[in-house]
Amino acid sequence: MPIDLTLIWAAILAFAVFAYVAMDGFDLGVGVLFPFFQRGAQRDTAMNSVAPVWDGNETWLILGGGGLFAAFPLAYAILMPAVYTPLIAMLLGLVFRGVAFEYRWRTERAKWAWDLAFCGGSALAALSQGVILGAILQGVKVAGRGYGGGWWDWLTPFSLLCGVSVLAGYSLLGATWLVLKTEGALQDRAYRLAAWLTGATLLAIFSVSLATPFLGAAYWRRWFEFPRILATAQVPLLVLLTAGALVYGLKRRRETWLFPLALGLFALGYVGLAISLFPYVVPTQVTIWQAAAPPSSQAFMLVGAAILVPIILAYTGYAYWVFRGKVGAEGYH
Amino acid sequence: MTDALILARAQFAFTIAFHIVFPVFSIGLASYLAVLEGLWLRTRKPVYLDLFNYWMKIFAVAFGAGVVSGLVMSYQIGSNWSVFSDKAGPVVGPLMAYEVMSAFFLEAGFLGVMLFGREKVGDRLHFAATLAVAIGTFASAFWIIAVNSWMQTPAGYGINAQGQFLPLDWMAVIFNPSFPFRLVHMVLAAYLTTALVVGAVGAFHLLKDRAQPAARKMFSMAMWMITLVAPIQILAGDAHGLNTLEHQPAKVMAMEGHYQSHPDGAPLILFGLPDQKAGIVRARIEIPKLSSLILKHDPNAPLAGLDTIPRQNWPYVPVVFWSFRIMVGIGLAIAGLGALTLLARARGKLYDWKPPQWLALGMGPMGFVAVLAGWVTTEVGRQPYTVYGLLRTAHSASPLDAPAVAASLAAFAVVYFTVFGAGLFYLLRLMSQPPHAHETGPGGPSPLRAAGLTPAPGIAPDRLLHPAE
Repeated sequence: MPIDLTLIWAAILAFAVFAYVAMDGFDLGVGVLFPFFQRGAQRDTAMNSVAPVWDGNETWLILGGGGLFAAFPLAYAILMPAVYTPLIAMLLGLVFRGVAFEYRWRTERAKWAWDLAFCGGSALAALSQGVILGAILQGVKVAGRGYGGGWWDWLTPFSLLCGVSVLAGYSLLGATWLVLKTEGALQDRAYRLAAWLTGATLLAIFSVSLATPFLGAAYWRRWFEFPRILATAQVPLLVLLTAGALVYGLKRRRETWLFPLALGLFALGYVGLAISLFPYVVPTQVTIWQAAAPPSSQAFMLVGAAILVPIILAYTGYAYWVFRGKVGAEGYH
Repeated sequence: MTDALILARAQFAFTIAFHIVFPVFSIGLASYLAVLEGLWLRTRKPVYLDLFNYWMKIFAVAFGAGVVSGLVMSYQIGSNWSVFSDKAGPVVGPLMAYEVMSAFFLEAGFLGVMLFGREKVGDRLHFAATLAVAIGTFASAFWIIAVNSWMQTPAGYGINAQGQFLPLDWMAVIFNPSFPFRLVHMVLAAYLTTALVVGAVGAFHLLKDRAQPAARKMFSMAMWMITLVAPIQILAGDAHGLNTLEHQPAKVMAMEGHYQSHPDGAPLILFGLPDQKAGIVRARIEIPKLSSLILKHDPNAPLAGLDTIPRQNWPYVPVVFWSFRIMVGIGLAIAGLGALTLLARARGKLYDWKPPQWLALGMGPMGFVAVLAGWVTTEVGRQPYTVYGLLRTAHSASPLDAPAVAASLAAFAVVYFTVFGAGLFYLLRLMSQPPHAHETGPGGPSPLRAAGLTPAPGIAPDRLLHPAE
């Protein structure tokens, strides 16, 4: 059997998107939770816990977009116009929160404005990412080799539900990250927020899981047909186990448990998405093979990815290791 | 041309023009930082470390703005130019993927260490991080120029039944005919633009205090760069022009304002008012035969004009004609500044003779203007195509309603002017403070940022113990 380049690229992109969610999720979450921290030392520390790594985290989003463009140009061409409005909203949100990392330290008078930009931009980006996910899951109109719908088609109760869910989930990642990286009063606050957000995230997972199979018969079959259900049922079971561990960790204040467990919830949600979607990249209309770039494009990129992605992971790991442990009170700024 | 199309073009022009300013500055500044840190490690002269820390703070602000405005670009190609994405994706997509994998991750991954990690990793590893960032900015230029050059002078491709471009020979795709010229021209432009900014900041502080050691050092370094590189840039630009004449003759016709063919020697039109409807340049001041001499190295060589090309394939001449003149004019002025400061240096008065310093101060932002004018020349000159000669701009856009594009354009305009306007203000405020001895890294004790536009309050009290050396 020849090597299926398309399948490999689907896996690489799936990995890139998950790497993005896992890494930028917590730093967006820290932004969303910013107003819950006291002005001054608490906010400075919260921001400093993510400042050295946020650019690298966001680069995975560029790889997600660029990789989709390169490996599945047809999917990129159909999906980007379909999610036009939330996509632009996400980008503008990321602009605001990205510049806040530096601007905030350059002014006293307008610091409040950049705190607001950091929080508002992070929340807008998180919400938009969820809406984009929902809009793609619920299906888009395809005409020929392009998008055939209008610019408000994305707006449905389901896409909004997904938006709020991602917002809650990223906030949970942010809170558990701060539990891991901070001490004292800030950590206490992060614990309390994490408890609330665990509830909100579980509710969100439950609602989206319940709603998805009703979007279309295809999703229903994928989850509930026998004997598939024997495999698919493991996902919700594992979610329950992870949730239980998270609640236990919160009660016992196991500071190093919470963040990995919250990531675990995301990983399981992601597996759930894969079950719902595969092998479609535009649900029920365009498969990864139909959208694939020619083998010469995918092979050329694979050489680079095979060499560079492990190197990227190595130095990303190094950067995290350099800034390991609790964020010092003095901050880097 | 439909409204949605013209709006999509305006939006792309607007967002990419804002974006390009930051990479140009960060390519040049990252290299400058690497040089400063290298010199510091070798000589251990504190002035280099002070300058490094001073410019690193500025780099941090500019780099963040570059990341977020660049992220917009990577998605806007799909959102606004989806047909182009589908058709050209197999060729240009992998080049962009390489840019992300080999450049963006390198820059972003090591930026954190560079900005915040000196105490944690030590001087040598810190220098390695600075070098990684500098190499990343250069690699990024390499790949994105490869993409743009391929769109200008496509090579190494085939076309399939769906109208998609297919890569046949990657080396031919990457090293397409205009790539080496464009890359050299652009990287030199980045260095010159940065040198102009550094030189202007140095001049500003020299004019206030000519004994300021860091100001003297940065002014001298920047002027060396300009003296040496500006003439090379003029030669590189000339070579690029000849390459364009070979592969995109219509663009050169537009740059020259040659609506008509000149069978026996074409004049160099210095100034004039191109009238696209009538197909003539009005009120022109021209030097006979000079254009043929420059482009063909023979005053009597025939040069074809736009009258040899169907009108629907013409670029819009007035824009190309004028943006080209702005770029060339600034280029010559930069070379003049280089010559003038060389003269000042030869007379031993680089730090005392004020007129060149005033000129350097005034020229501070002109590199950016020249870069933008150059890009306008090459991009508007490529019209009416996205992939030159093969895919028309009108057949590249997304099937979007005009209100959607108009609304997003308005949103981008409001957000960019607010956000990057504020960024410019903070950058200028940082630059208005003189670099002092024992400059800290980005941030430092935060009350520093409460400083106003005058330098005095910006100096923390403990620093007053170390008056300017």
